[in-house]
Amino acid sequence: MDSFVDQYSKNSATAEIRRAKEMFEEEDGMDAMWGSQAGFATVASGLPKFTIPAVPDPSSFLRLHTDDHADPSCRIKIKHGTTTLAFRYQGGVVVAVDSRATAGSYVASGTVKKVIEINPYLLGTMAGGAADCQYWETYLGIQCRLHELRNRERISVAAASKYLSNLVYSYKGMGLSMGTMICGWDKTGPAVFYVDSDGTRLKGDLFSVGSGSTFAYGVLDQGYRWDLTDEEALELGRRSIYAAGHRDAFSGNTINLYHVKEDGWEFIGNYDVSKMHYEGPNGVGYAYELRVQGKSSANPPPDATEVPAQA
Amino acid sequence: MSIMQHNGGSVIAMVGKDCVAIASDLRLGVQSLSISSNFEKIFPVTERLYVGFPGLATDVTTLREVFRYRVNMYTIKEERAIEPTIFTQLVSSTLYERRFGPYFIEPVIAGLQKTPSGSYEPFIAATDLIGCINFAKDFVVAGTASEKLFGVAEGLWEPGLEPEDLFETISQTLMNAVDRDAFSGWGAIVHVITKDKVITRKLKGRMD
Repeated sequence: MDSFVDQYSKNSATAEIRRAKEMFEEEDGMDAMWGSQAGFATVASGLPKFTIPAVPDPSSFLRLHTDDHADPSCRIKIKHGTTTLAFRYQGGVVVAVDSRATAGSYVASGTVKKVIEINPYLLGTMAGGAADCQYWETYLGIQCRLHELRNRERISVAAASKYLSNLVYSYKGMGLSMGTMICGWDKTGPAVFYVDSDGTRLKGDLFSVGSGSTFAYGVLDQGYRWDLTDEEALELGRRSIYAAGHRDAFSGNTINLYHVKEDGWEFIGNYDVSKMHYEGPNGVGYAYELRVQGKSSANPPPDATEVPAQA
Repeated sequence: MSIMQHNGGSVIAMVGKDCVAIASDLRLGVQSLSISSNFEKIFPVTERLYVGFPGLATDVTTLREVFRYRVNMYTIKEERAIEPTIFTQLVSSTLYERRFGPYFIEPVIAGLQKTPSGSYEPFIAATDLIGCINFAKDFVVAGTASEKLFGVAEGLWEPGLEPEDLFETISQTLMNAVDRDAFSGWGAIVHVITKDKVITRKLKGRMD
């Protein structure tokens, strides 16, 4: 009965959606459909517009079909599981991330780029919804460039991160999922800001985000000093992500390492987590077993070729 | 999350020419936290029969002891070693005893069955957690990576593999499948059972 009334009502939620749809249909579909500006076409006319599901309550509809905490068998699975970290020190900012994407227990990819190169001076990290982070951080890049053109000055990390946090806050409750660190070097020196889709924005020296963040923090907190040398700092970033990749089932595969200096960011390298375990970055493996093997009678060298005793 | 995925782990068994192989990963975790890289899930039953218990770790230990007891009792009463087919029935009925409160284990059995003529023929089987037996002529899989194991095994396995080739096939199958599973991995162990010896090798796997 309610849906019947809705169908003809002039001021219900469905009527509003109907009117919105009619408006769009008049103009040969949405601008984004033309694709000539890589999906960012609507940027010119202000905030991007998105087609909204034609149901009375779009946000609860989306939550129903995408939130696998509430319903693990939901249709749309958003990829989760990550370890990312960034810290500020005397010589700049170190950004290190893993590269695994999982959907449930399935390792969907081991070669994900979780550092988003916003512009030559700004990096963003990716945790949570991959598409959300990728789209909005690329969008942030556009806005940062426009800021440069308008003000003949590079945007500060504080301003860029605030732009992003205000933006995601305007979508609060709509199901955006991002946990990101905006890192860069501006007039104030090296800077790191944590921004997430709840609208939280924090300034700090050291952050780690994702399912493996606790493991990374363990190594990071223990080894962190402001006066780290560049080499020490990069090793600390790499070692922390390795720790997370090793212990956390949802993190791993490879490590991507970046260094932000006064003249912009530099990509340091891609390191296989398993190779770090057995061989390390320069021949000495990170593995616990390698550090204890043969050192005491409790840890004899392995002799795996023998057949176990009969049960 | 399912209790079958609580600790993670996977087992696979394959048939070769006059031999069988059984292999598992070595991970023990609690959900996403990996605890041990030395948790064996495959145990010898006789000289030519092995059983693997992927599933809930506490039940791995319990069932190992349950079957050790029952196999020993069988051996004493019958005055002969248990054969793979008989052992499979024992596994099935033991699990069905707990029909309404099962052990969270899906056993995989691999061994050489004695024929009336005195020779040995390969035997593999797997059951579900309440004892439904699956006799297979090629390979059986179980555990958190079972779907991935099926996929890779379907592509790599072929009939009539000699022990060394079977070792290579089962190792590659297991390693590549567990690398696509978040809850399995952290090293692996392979047993190839032939009529006069068992070859056991630990494999270095990805540690992430």
